[in-house]
Amino acid sequence: MQTSVLILVLLGVMALAFHFGRRRSLLTVGGRSKVRDLHSLPAYYGFYTALWAGLPALLVAGLWLFFEGSVITAMVVEALPAETKALPPAQLGLVVNDITNLANGNIVAGEIDDTLRRAADHMNELRGIGKLALAVVVLSVALGAGSLAWRAVGPKMRARNRVEWIVSMLLIVSSMIAIFTTVGIVLSVLFESFRFFQKIPLADFLFGLEWSPQVALRADQVGASGAFGAVPLFAGTLLISFIALLVAVPIGLMSAIYLADYASPRLRSYAKPVLEVLAGVPTVVYGFFAALTLAPAIRVAGESLGLSVSSESALAAGLVMGVMIIPFVSSLSDDVINAVPQSLRDAAYALGATRSETIRQVILPAALPGIMGGILLAASRAIGETMIVVMAAGLSANLTANPLDSVTTVTVQIVTLLVGDQEFDSAKTLAAFALGLLLFVVTLGLNIVALHIVRKYREQYE
Amino acid sequence: MTTANTAAADVDVPEIGATSDAGSRPLDDDFRTVGNVRVGDPRMTCSDVNVYYGDKHAIKHVDLDIAENEVIAMIGPSGCGKSTFLRCLNRMNDTIEICRVTGEIKLDDQDIYDKRLDVVPLRAQVGMVFQKPNPFPKSIYDNIAYGPRIHGLATGRADLDEVVERSLTKAGLWEEVKDRLDQPGTGLSGGQQQRLCIARTIAVEPEVILMDEPCSALDPIATAKVEELIDELRENYTIAIVTHSMQQAARVSQRTAYFHLGHLVEVGETTQIFTNPSHKLTEDYITGRFG
Repeated sequence: MQTSVLILVLLGVMALAFHFGRRRSLLTVGGRSKVRDLHSLPAYYGFYTALWAGLPALLVAGLWLFFEGSVITAMVVEALPAETKALPPAQLGLVVNDITNLANGNIVAGEIDDTLRRAADHMNELRGIGKLALAVVVLSVALGAGSLAWRAVGPKMRARNRVEWIVSMLLIVSSMIAIFTTVGIVLSVLFESFRFFQKIPLADFLFGLEWSPQVALRADQVGASGAFGAVPLFAGTLLISFIALLVAVPIGLMSAIYLADYASPRLRSYAKPVLEVLAGVPTVVYGFFAALTLAPAIRVAGESLGLSVSSESALAAGLVMGVMIIPFVSSLSDDVINAVPQSLRDAAYALGATRSETIRQVILPAALPGIMGGILLAASRAIGETMIVVMAAGLSANLTANPLDSVTTVTVQIVTLLVGDQEFDSAKTLAAFALGLLLFVVTLGLNIVALHIVRKYREQYE
Repeated sequence: MTTANTAAADVDVPEIGATSDAGSRPLDDDFRTVGNVRVGDPRMTCSDVNVYYGDKHAIKHVDLDIAENEVIAMIGPSGCGKSTFLRCLNRMNDTIEICRVTGEIKLDDQDIYDKRLDVVPLRAQVGMVFQKPNPFPKSIYDNIAYGPRIHGLATGRADLDEVVERSLTKAGLWEEVKDRLDQPGTGLSGGQQQRLCIARTIAVEPEVILMDEPCSALDPIATAKVEELIDELRENYTIAIVTHSMQQAARVSQRTAYFHLGHLVEVGETTQIFTNPSHKLTEDYITGRFG
């Protein structure tokens, strides 16, 4: 039986369990009219039975599928001839790979001999048995647990509390998944970075002024100095982010003020979603707009002024990125400005303040912490942005403050380090993890500051 | 005020306009205002004021004078329009988009709904104190100084200091806050905050102060202080106060106006209204039969 079919059957069993659990609860008290004698509503008894029928079976199925592969492989290896089994682990691994490929009907690297074919047949046979056994085990667990739960259904059973407990467990598990994923990512980045710092000293990485991640494969190789100074990358990142914020903060803030305090509610209800669409444009689209339209335009404009502008410039990337993060600033600021109580506006108006005086002197100061939070969120978005920079700002790691030069950013370098065939023990590849870690620390810091400010702001108006 | 009648003819009155006779005021007999709406030396004069929220006719043909140096209390059940009427007097209703005001309201013979009139000086002349204390999240000093600053009333720091001290003294708050003027106004107690708001209002030296249930968020002791303050302020200002508390109206006001379903039902001396109301509705309300 296919796993998907099994899942469908299991869902059917759960539906039946719901029906029977619900019906039994009504039968035990003697019909609908006595429903008040039940501790919980009948549907809760149904859910209770269905959850017992479904969850243990799903758990068993999950564990089974998780271990099935390695168990079958171990059994196949066990059945191999003695001389094959005696091979060193690496070669044995290749053989097992061949067997698996043969069993799956894929292309096999080596020659197919009799042993291999027999082993593959053995594997397929085991898999067939496994599938059947899985179906039997899962369905019997489902029926067993379901009927036990069904028998327990009675007027005194606190089905609602139990169902709600299970639901709260589900919620906890869901939130744990996100947390564990983050922890896992951080740990993997951390370990790889640690390996990098064994090859390159931390101080060289943090304070080095040159970035040229070419490692010499041979002693006499030319042009492979292998400099891993992250400063030019972070300088480039900061330069572009700064330009982006220079664009996004004034425009975003002013459009937020317009939307919150000047626009009619009708216009606002249309304009705000449209502005938020800007955030939904894929960054690669912004990227080719920056690379194909804006960068050449800046170059032409610069040359007409007698400036030397490289065709890929920090300015082009920064401007387009600024447009991209306008919605972050404007949408969040708009919410925050709207959250300033009407009573404060009334107070200012009643003193004879004009609308612009009210906004400048009362509303913006009151909303400032929240606006700062929005700006910091936009900043961490800008720092993490990759695609626009790859396309518009170039790859050369210049340490410069001139926005007309081409610069590169941390994220872009991570991409170029990992694109293509790479060995995972060279400093070049591992540098990507170190950069990722550093970037993570920076954006995490920004997010913490932003969250802290937003929280402080909330306390003020509760 | 015969001009008010001609103005009324232009007004679209959906509920009762159709049944009215030509020339007479289109009012249901029950709701015809009892008592003398006019006074000898009015500070503000309202003639045939109507307010609509969209299609809802919230204030219906209200005539009322507000006399100099008196406290006029506006009472009535919830939703009777007393707060709406109060907010007409300094055009605070302008901030509500669907709100439309017709009729004539004059401050010292100047029509405040004149198209050419700027609301900024009007609101400096007619200040307002709100139901919930709403100090700015700024320091106590800046709260008071805000109005004088935007209207350019003080020349230099020393002058401003004096305005702040004078306003706080008038509001009876100076002794309590003089050592912490740089602390946020939101950190004061509810009653202090409300007196701070009153001080903020008098700092711009208005002629009229409107108060929209200024004590409803305060405890009895703070209420007593604010009432005492209102009584003192009467010497220099004209005050219109909306209140839900009939005891408060009786304590602080000289004249009382009773509103019912958007109509001004009865106006008179406070003592007369509370001891010998002429209108059945007023009597029912002040004796606690409804409201």
